Amino acid sequence: MLYIENVSKQFDNGFTALERITLKIEPGEIVTLVGTSGCGKSTLLRIVAGLEFPSLGGVLIDNELITAPHPKVGLVFQEPRLMPWLTVQENIEFGLHNLPLPERRRRSEAVLAKVHLTPFAHALPRQLSGGMAQRVAIARSLVTQPDILLLDEPFGALDAFTRARLQDHLLEIWGYDRPTLLLVTHDVEEALVLSDRIIMLHPNPGRIFKVLRVDLPRPRQRSSVQFQELKEQLLLGLDLAGAAPALVKR
Amino acid sequence: MGFYTRSSDLAPSSEPQNGRSPAKATHSRQQATWGAGARTGAKGLSRHRWLRSRYQGWVLPIGLLIAWELLSRLGVFPPNLLPAPSTVTATIWGLAASGELVRHIGITLFRVVLGFGVGTLAATVFGALTGYSPVAHRYLDPLLQALRNIPSLAWVPLFILWLGIFETSKVALIAVGVFFPVYLNLMSGIQNVDRKLVEVGKIYRLSQIQLIYRVFFPATLPAYIVGLRNGLSLGWMFVVAAELMGASQGLGFLLIDGQTTGRPAIILASLLLFALLGKLTDSLLAALGKRLLRWQDTYISA
Repeated sequence: MLYIENVSKQFDNGFTALERITLKIEPGEIVTLVGTSGCGKSTLLRIVAGLEFPSLGGVLIDNELITAPHPKVGLVFQEPRLMPWLTVQENIEFGLHNLPLPERRRRSEAVLAKVHLTPFAHALPRQLSGGMAQRVAIARSLVTQPDILLLDEPFGALDAFTRARLQDHLLEIWGYDRPTLLLVTHDVEEALVLSDRIIMLHPNPGRIFKVLRVDLPRPRQRSSVQFQELKEQLLLGLDLAGAAPALVKR
Repeated sequence: MGFYTRSSDLAPSSEPQNGRSPAKATHSRQQATWGAGARTGAKGLSRHRWLRSRYQGWVLPIGLLIAWELLSRLGVFPPNLLPAPSTVTATIWGLAASGELVRHIGITLFRVVLGFGVGTLAATVFGALTGYSPVAHRYLDPLLQALRNIPSLAWVPLFILWLGIFETSKVALIAVGVFFPVYLNLMSGIQNVDRKLVEVGKIYRLSQIQLIYRVFFPATLPAYIVGLRNGLSLGWMFVVAAELMGASQGLGFLLIDGQTTGRPAIILASLLLFALLGKLTDSLLAALGKRLLRWQDTYISA
């Protein structure tokens, strides 16, 4: 269980990135944070990951207050961030430094198969395409068997085709162990394809504006009427959130 | 690298050392390649392939040597000022035959290697400290930068006074010369390590030591190797300075000896040996670097 309790974040320069964010996320749930840039969604993810600390409030994972990166939490960054000197397989094993070699190999090979990259186990990062590199990054997070996987605009830098394929792929991977997924995106369709719940944030300061529950069965048809209706709703909500901070304050 | 490998893959016959033409194995690499080039020349394009191969670097020096020899024989260059390459080679043979050459090269190499080792060791310790720890940087770096701005040769009188005129002062001078490029490259290399990769290390809860060993060390290696190569070339520069100041042996001594006894062939022989040894040691470092940095996504490796 992941609790985000009354989290506020004010940076040293006085900018308030987040204000009083409270969220409760069930195990196995897929939750997406959407919002225009500057609404603090990445900051919130980094706070859950233990890379940054809230000015007020806190994050609880299984009733444990997060003060540093948690072993049961994985983070996939916007960029793959692979170590260029390690092969694909060694990169995937990067987080398994406390395990004996045979166990490391066994686990990385299993994950390599899950992300369909077994033939590239010994390739170097520079030989990979953007989509492949991001799959390696996802595999690196999965191999530690996290209960909670955080993804910070994981497909933002990829072309539309690759993005759609990786979204389906992420759901396939999620299906194996059903970890909690908490994603950040500014792609409305991505949020709708993946999520059980969509949290809309508005900027200045980052605050929860609206929550949208998506009850469509998976796999979701992007062209279906319900999908398009939800998309309209979401876009309208975001429009309000982006355009109306002054209005909301009054 | 791929470019070069590919071009020789296309023309395997231009690589006699791979055992395909054992008859040529006793020839020097140079001659064997010439032979191979001539042999495959009949097939057309291979001459161009040879020109694009790794032996390109030899074309200009050999051409100049031939021109120099020819012009000397024609009497264009006065032999008492600029002796022919054959005379210089003969001088080197003479020195080698008397056993003097090994002694001179040995002592010079000893000084460079020792000075390089001491300088590199100190620079690695200080560079790692000031690069990794902002506190150490604030305390140490201003002083080291100030010392760096003293021209290294200006230390000579002090070193001679403190350490005497024998090996210690020479090695110290070389070590000072080697220190700064290695220090600077290592420090800035560590400071420029991608914060994003360090964050990955933090997510996987690496300890400080693990972070240094698994992220900082490999990420800094390219800059460190550049520093080592710069340091080594300065090491060769300072061994000459040290030996010019006062030595009874070494390649630098040969320079002075040639000057005072009016034998330009000796000076040229010494220069040639410096060029060869410098290039050889640098190539060793470069090869080591290439081996360690195969992962780099660079223009040549692409």
